[in-house]
Amino acid sequence: MTAITAPNASEVDQTAIAVSPVAASIASAPSQGMPADWRDFFALTKPKVMRLVVFTGLCGLLAAPGSIHPVIGFTAILCIALAAGGAGALNMWWEADIDAKMKRTAQRPLPRGMMRREDARDFGLLLAGAAVMVMGLAVHWLAAAVLAFSVFFYVVIYTMWLKPRTPQNIVIGGAAGAFPPLIGWISVTGEITLMPVLLFAIIFMWTPPHFWALALWVKPDYAAANIPMMPNAAGEVSTRRQSLFYSALLLPLSVTPWLIGGTGAIYGISALVLSIIFFALTIPVGMRRAVEGDAMKPEKKLFAFSILYLFVLFGALVLDRVLANTGWLA
Amino acid sequence: MTPQEEEEYKRRRKARNLVVGLVLLGFVVLFYTITIVKIGAQ
Repeated sequence: MTAITAPNASEVDQTAIAVSPVAASIASAPSQGMPADWRDFFALTKPKVMRLVVFTGLCGLLAAPGSIHPVIGFTAILCIALAAGGAGALNMWWEADIDAKMKRTAQRPLPRGMMRREDARDFGLLLAGAAVMVMGLAVHWLAAAVLAFSVFFYVVIYTMWLKPRTPQNIVIGGAAGAFPPLIGWISVTGEITLMPVLLFAIIFMWTPPHFWALALWVKPDYAAANIPMMPNAAGEVSTRRQSLFYSALLLPLSVTPWLIGGTGAIYGISALVLSIIFFALTIPVGMRRAVEGDAMKPEKKLFAFSILYLFVLFGALVLDRVLANTGWLA
Repeated sequence: MTPQEEEEYKRRRKARNLVVGLVLLGFVVLFYTITIVKIGAQ
């Protein structure tokens, strides 16, 4: 998470927010006192990443044992979303120069000159700070503490420290994106137990093959921005092998919640089938080498499926819990 | 500032004010509801 937002590659399709020709013509005008459009502030929150964050956070909340008042539950998810948005804005504030060098991110508000850099920073701090305070006051202080740590982890540990220094950035930084279900769960139970930690671990293991599938085909972008992503730093072969390794670890890990009795068969069988497909799609990615002018189809296929994987896996987790609670599985 | 730019300036400021107003209103409603829920739980 969120952020919590996480080095989540689902932002790949993030495109520019449509602006009028007039607005475009004065895109470099923040210094002349032109206020930024509200859509640009919204774009700072990385809405596409936020969707996955909100979804996994909501699933953690719904799958947790116990109950939570719907208003408090809604507040918890809102806080997770706001903190993720704040973390996204802080990420864009810090990486504005790097974003300008990459095709994928050059259309973001800061590289386009749609607002002052410090406005993005202040907006991010306001969102994240407000989210943590409201989470603490209205939901649970442990959930607020983990939420605050997830923002710190994403912005400071991942964005500022790891990303420009080590090709392991995604592996360790992936933890940031693994926080939402944990926070959702804690919002209900008020404690950290094995089950939410397993959900955290699943997203943690899922992140490297998910992100490296993308990194393999936008490798020149990262090279241009001088970011030591695994394909650029350790080479393509090593990245592909490592993707296979994490995908293989994900398979037994994803079914562990079922094996320890934390979920029912709906989740267990779904996790097994999904993880086998995920692993099967990683095999061609892990074993091949791209050639000149390669369309990178296996990588694109794996990337697309990895997003579906997470949605369906967590959806199955919730369905499993809901059916168990209503007595359908008894 | 050209007339076109001035018009764009006003449009953006108005839209931002509207969005900020709606967000604040949303938070007022949310905090009120949370308070009622918390009081009801005691």
